[in-house]
Amino acid sequence: MHRLVALLLVGLLRLVTGVRARWVGSVPSIRPRIYFANHSSHLDSLVIWAALPPDVRRRTRPVAARDYWGESPFRRYLARRVFNAIFIDRNGGSSSRETLNQILDAIGEDYSLIFFPEGTRGNGEEIAPFKSGLYRLALARPDLELIPVYLENLSRVLPKGKVIPIPLLGSATFGRPLRLGEHEAKEEFLWRARRDVLNLNEAPHADA
Amino acid sequence: MQTLDPHFQAMLLGILGLLMVSSLVGFGLALVVRSDGAKETVANLNARIRAWWVMCGVLAAALVGGALTSVLLFSVISFLALREFITLTPTRYSDHSTLFWAFFIFTPIQYYLVATQWYGLFAIFIPVYVFLFVPLRMALTGDVQAFLARSAKVQWGMMLCVYCISHAPALLMLEIDGYAGQNVKLLFFLILVVQLSDVLQYVFGKTLGRRKIAPEVSPNKTWEGFIGGVAAATLIGAALWWITPFNPWQAGLIALAICLAGFAGGLCMSAIKRDRGVKDFGTLIQGHGGVMDRVDSVCFAAPIFFHITRYFFT
Repeated sequence: MHRLVALLLVGLLRLVTGVRARWVGSVPSIRPRIYFANHSSHLDSLVIWAALPPDVRRRTRPVAARDYWGESPFRRYLARRVFNAIFIDRNGGSSSRETLNQILDAIGEDYSLIFFPEGTRGNGEEIAPFKSGLYRLALARPDLELIPVYLENLSRVLPKGKVIPIPLLGSATFGRPLRLGEHEAKEEFLWRARRDVLNLNEAPHADA
Repeated sequence: MQTLDPHFQAMLLGILGLLMVSSLVGFGLALVVRSDGAKETVANLNARIRAWWVMCGVLAAALVGGALTSVLLFSVISFLALREFITLTPTRYSDHSTLFWAFFIFTPIQYYLVATQWYGLFAIFIPVYVFLFVPLRMALTGDVQAFLARSAKVQWGMMLCVYCISHAPALLMLEIDGYAGQNVKLLFFLILVVQLSDVLQYVFGKTLGRRKIAPEVSPNKTWEGFIGGVAAATLIGAALWWITPFNPWQAGLIALAICLAGFAGGLCMSAIKRDRGVKDFGTLIQGHGGVMDRVDSVCFAAPIFFHITRYFFT
């Protein structure tokens, strides 16, 4: 049943956002990874999730803001049952350390994670500096590959503050894995991570 | 579903034969060519031919299905084309609600008017009401930056992708003496002549092309390709007079008008793509680019053909 809804949802997302996955520096794999991306729309995590091949998708959990995805029974159902999201509280309540532990528990040994290191949705025109969450995840789980993902046009499909998406063509570009250097400083690592996402914007299109 | 017109049946068989011959030629070429450059050209050609099979199949199924399925098919084409067009032209955050109207309200209304054959409103709905509504909706958002350019983008998108393309299925509403119930052949005539003109211009251009028409806009368009392709497609159009309500010389002149309009459409759409720095509007159709890359010539040809036919023959 959930599988069927998942299939429908992926179909619908592909129809609405026309999203295509472009793998320019890595190939799809079921090994656990952290996908980190620029964030400008509520659709972002769903779109990355839908752009992954089915077997990878089943082992990948996006983080979802509880105040949006937990709001109505339908969204809650989708988040929990269909795309198996990890709920996090964005404002107040638990400390960020607790949130990270929650995420680490949720992915365990088998799951990949979809993560937005900016912490909040931007306006789609620029990418905000990354918060330290990605660094701490990398520190805690050096075994996971960190894959930068650049999402294009999603901020136009469903921008901040709008309810109904309009059907434009978006794309998700997956780049080369990033590694945390042995004694790399937090700021440097976060700067590199952000640069890797930005660079994917300019990555040559396969069809050009 | 009505019983199939024998002329229409003959045309479908003709297309089937044409596709089979093309596939055989493509298959043969792939065996013969040696150099890498030529291999790439042939691979592209074969991708295009495979896509033609799919496009002809979809179109034939819609036309055979009757007026309603034809209108539905073209509404989907409009939707996909508009999506590619708007994706390519940058819009601002405040354009979101205007675009919502364009995609989900105006496009369905335009095709509803085609389906219900309400000619009076069909002809003015987008040029008058949508044209005026778009800047109003944008002004209401309070965002005045690049106001004229932003409203023009949406107006252009609606005109080209929805209004112009909707004239193709609108051919089914024309009432021509002695031609009742046969209009689907007009639609077929339009698509066939436009697409043959494109293909023949490509073939003549590849083989004989020397002098470029507008190298800054479209490096592949040459005078040799243009003249050869348009002349050949015009002759084919004239030779197909028996499926139309026209006599042979009328069919030839109308085919010429279709070819010239189609060429103009291709050129203008190339200018838009150049301006945006891309080669194709999308990637939906293997070897062809996006939907908009395939229907660019139909955009200009459909309203011209519709109005010539409506003025002189109804």
